Amino acid sequence: MTLATIVKSFLAAALLASAPQAMAQQVSGQAAPTENVGATVIDNPPGANVQEVPAGATNAPQAEGSYVPMKPTPGKGQPVYAGHDFQDQYSETGRDAYWMHSYILMPVIVVISLFVLALMLWAMFRFRAKRNPVASKTTHNSLVEVLWTLIPVIILLVIAVPSISLLAKQYEPAPADALTIKVTGYQWYWGYTYPDNGGFEIVSNMLSDEEALARGEPVKLAVDNRMVVPAGVPIKIIVTGADVIHSFAVPSLWFKMDAVPGRLNEKVLEVLEPGVYYGQCSELCGVRHGFMPIAVEALPMAQYNAWVRAQGGTPKGEENAVAAGAATETPATGSEIVETENIAAGTKTPATAVTN
Amino acid sequence: MTTIAAHAGDAHTHEDHAEHIPGFFQRWFMSTNHKDIGTLYLIFAIIAGIIGGAISGFMRLELAEPGVQYLTQWASFMQGSAATEDQGNHLWNVLITAHGLIMVFFMVMPAMIGGFGNWFVPIMIGAPDMAFPRMNNVSFWLLPPAFILLLGSTFVPGGAGLGAGTGWTVYAPLSTSGSPGPAVDMAILSLHLAGASSILGAVNFITTIFNMRAPGMTLNKMPLFAWSVLVTAFLLLLSLPVLAAAITMLLTDRNFQTTFFDAAGGGDPVLYQHLFWFFGHPEVYIMILPGFGMISHIIATFSKKPVFGYLGMAYAMVAIGVVGFIVWAHHMFTTGLSVNLKMYFTAATMVIAVPTGIKIFSWIATMWGGSLSFKTPMMWALGFIFMFTVGGVTGVVLANGGIDDNLHDTYYVVAHFHYVLSLGAVFSIFAGFYYWFPKMSGRHYSEILGQLHFWIFFIGVNVLFFPMHFLGVNGMPRRIPDYNPDFAYFNHMASIGYAIMAVGMLIFFVNIGWAMLAGRRAEGNYWGEGATTLEWTLSSPPPFHQFETLPHIK
Repeated sequence: MTLATIVKSFLAAALLASAPQAMAQQVSGQAAPTENVGATVIDNPPGANVQEVPAGATNAPQAEGSYVPMKPTPGKGQPVYAGHDFQDQYSETGRDAYWMHSYILMPVIVVISLFVLALMLWAMFRFRAKRNPVASKTTHNSLVEVLWTLIPVIILLVIAVPSISLLAKQYEPAPADALTIKVTGYQWYWGYTYPDNGGFEIVSNMLSDEEALARGEPVKLAVDNRMVVPAGVPIKIIVTGADVIHSFAVPSLWFKMDAVPGRLNEKVLEVLEPGVYYGQCSELCGVRHGFMPIAVEALPMAQYNAWVRAQGGTPKGEENAVAAGAATETPATGSEIVETENIAAGTKTPATAVTN
Repeated sequence: MTTIAAHAGDAHTHEDHAEHIPGFFQRWFMSTNHKDIGTLYLIFAIIAGIIGGAISGFMRLELAEPGVQYLTQWASFMQGSAATEDQGNHLWNVLITAHGLIMVFFMVMPAMIGGFGNWFVPIMIGAPDMAFPRMNNVSFWLLPPAFILLLGSTFVPGGAGLGAGTGWTVYAPLSTSGSPGPAVDMAILSLHLAGASSILGAVNFITTIFNMRAPGMTLNKMPLFAWSVLVTAFLLLLSLPVLAAAITMLLTDRNFQTTFFDAAGGGDPVLYQHLFWFFGHPEVYIMILPGFGMISHIIATFSKKPVFGYLGMAYAMVAIGVVGFIVWAHHMFTTGLSVNLKMYFTAATMVIAVPTGIKIFSWIATMWGGSLSFKTPMMWALGFIFMFTVGGVTGVVLANGGIDDNLHDTYYVVAHFHYVLSLGAVFSIFAGFYYWFPKMSGRHYSEILGQLHFWIFFIGVNVLFFPMHFLGVNGMPRRIPDYNPDFAYFNHMASIGYAIMAVGMLIFFVNIGWAMLAGRRAEGNYWGEGATTLEWTLSSPPPFHQFETLPHIK
């Protein structure tokens, strides 16, 4: 595949994904080396882009209208061929959890399994009838019985302490001023609403295998419109379901939250660096359960804000006097049953980017 | 363990007037004999196992390569007209649902509790029969209609295509508003009948074990298999009514406009999951506890040594049963539970590893110092110990709510529960089957074929299920008919493992056929000095009615 065709297919995707008002500006963006959007920002340390972009200061060369879907990096944010380990993690809690699995759980379970196997094989060898024709009648040994009760208790305590603190960290509430993105599972696609950016909704459908390959994306994982998020800042993700239960899951971000109709489930997501991170619906939701993938594209804040404008939204903090998205204040902890009118109103048909 | 006074001859002395064996119809359709009903349960379980196993073969065939190759054709075949892609995918959901329900409710439970429980609990405690012989017959005969309802549901509309495609968990609202058509109603009624059958069986076992033990057979001398069935019966009695309530609410939500699980009417879909798993978690112990009991007997028999730490073994099962009721929400870590609740369920779940560890180590200690022979049942029991350990430790991984956020609903979970069920419960069923088959039938199977069956099955299921751990950590979700090609390698390997396992099963059936036709006649105690429970004091097969004069236990 030549560079030209790649650029062309990316532009086609960008046109599909962008709101109409962005199209006029697309021409100027064409000249820029759009493919490097992902590559250039990776060098930025996470957090460097955290500052809010003030209104009027957004006329940086590539910012306005230059959104082009980022090209995924092989091995990042997606499964690996014949992989036998977790996907590389791109969130802090994901890295903590991965560490705990690799350096606490795996050693413990491998050692226990091998210990049991070794004991069993040794007993099979040492006490086989040929070598040990007369069986002993021992049926009790208080010492070993106490030991094989106490030692597992101690091992479990060693696991439980970091496990509990990991949970506490994973479910810390988001900062009060965190950007909120609402994820809605539909049969069988995802909707992403941006209440802090004017409330537009992105509708995300799976790409056909041909289309995914043409765009250089993994099949069964690529979508037409990605969930675009800012990188390096904590985001409050609200997950709900419109019809049946779905589950919003991205393995490389260690993120999985069920989309339950009538509930708003909340969890913080902080993507450490820009990139494309794929996932799949992870709760049986009917016929096309296997065909409603998730693609999260994390961008530096400036580019995220540019993308927001391209969707016809307003970057957070620029609403001025308008009481825009502020109405969508949600409970800060856990999940509670809330009103369902949102959901009833939200049953849109699959389409390309819906803006308000 | 029990030491038996020499009353072995008692049953035989009464044979002359005890052996009024009824005619075929009365014997097999109106039975009140625990051994005949046990046999019916075992035959039923074998038939259900063949169907459930064949379904998993279709699933592995479809998953062997990326892309949907067969589903649409199969759906066309089933409905007799050209099927759409959606109908093909619906068939996938029907297959996973049927496989799960059949293996849980119609294979493992009937084999362990209905089959081996009926056959050997009364004998082991020195009772002539079950406490309620007619109710025992009702218990069994509720199962065939339940099974027919479930199989029949695959031929009626259930949403996009024919059959119930809700998963064995039948989560609302997919099972209510998400699945129009009578298929899901039929599946729910099937569960009602199977549940009622199990509740009646549980009542029967509890009454039998509490009231009909032979003189001298105190609870603390009772064989561990009887203990395991007693604990299992309590789990059934306490958990199944909750399932019955939950699925009745599903029925009324589906048909009578109630909104137990519909948020729009003030209900809550997560409530269904709490109710289901309040049953569902004890259910997994229901499927493994009788196996624990059987394994204890088999290890002791082939080590020629009494079980090590008998009381610890019995109380460990009681502990597993009790704790099994307070860990259910670890199946729901991603539903949006509060973080404190997740911490509790993480900790409580890990506690179960302690009594389970006691059992594993006690089995090895039973072997320690013994005089081991490696007959077919012993091989299955040894395979059980190691494979159940592997399934158990991945359970400890999944118990961590923070780790489960990645692994929940991936193939890692599928690997985990197949290690504890397909390689745990099923290994113990085969161990028990080979251990007691000559006792039940009076015929010996071929030891060579039995060993061959073990080794091929052992290799097959490990090739089948071990790669699923890798698929899970790599991110492949459960219950999908097609996948990204990056998952192809291990899926292909798993499908090859299925084929190996299937060869092992063919050998099993050949072995049964051979034993029935040409098997050597079995004597009363064909395992020798290691076999000490009461069934070994009887002939093989035992007389139609045993213990008309009760044995006395020292």
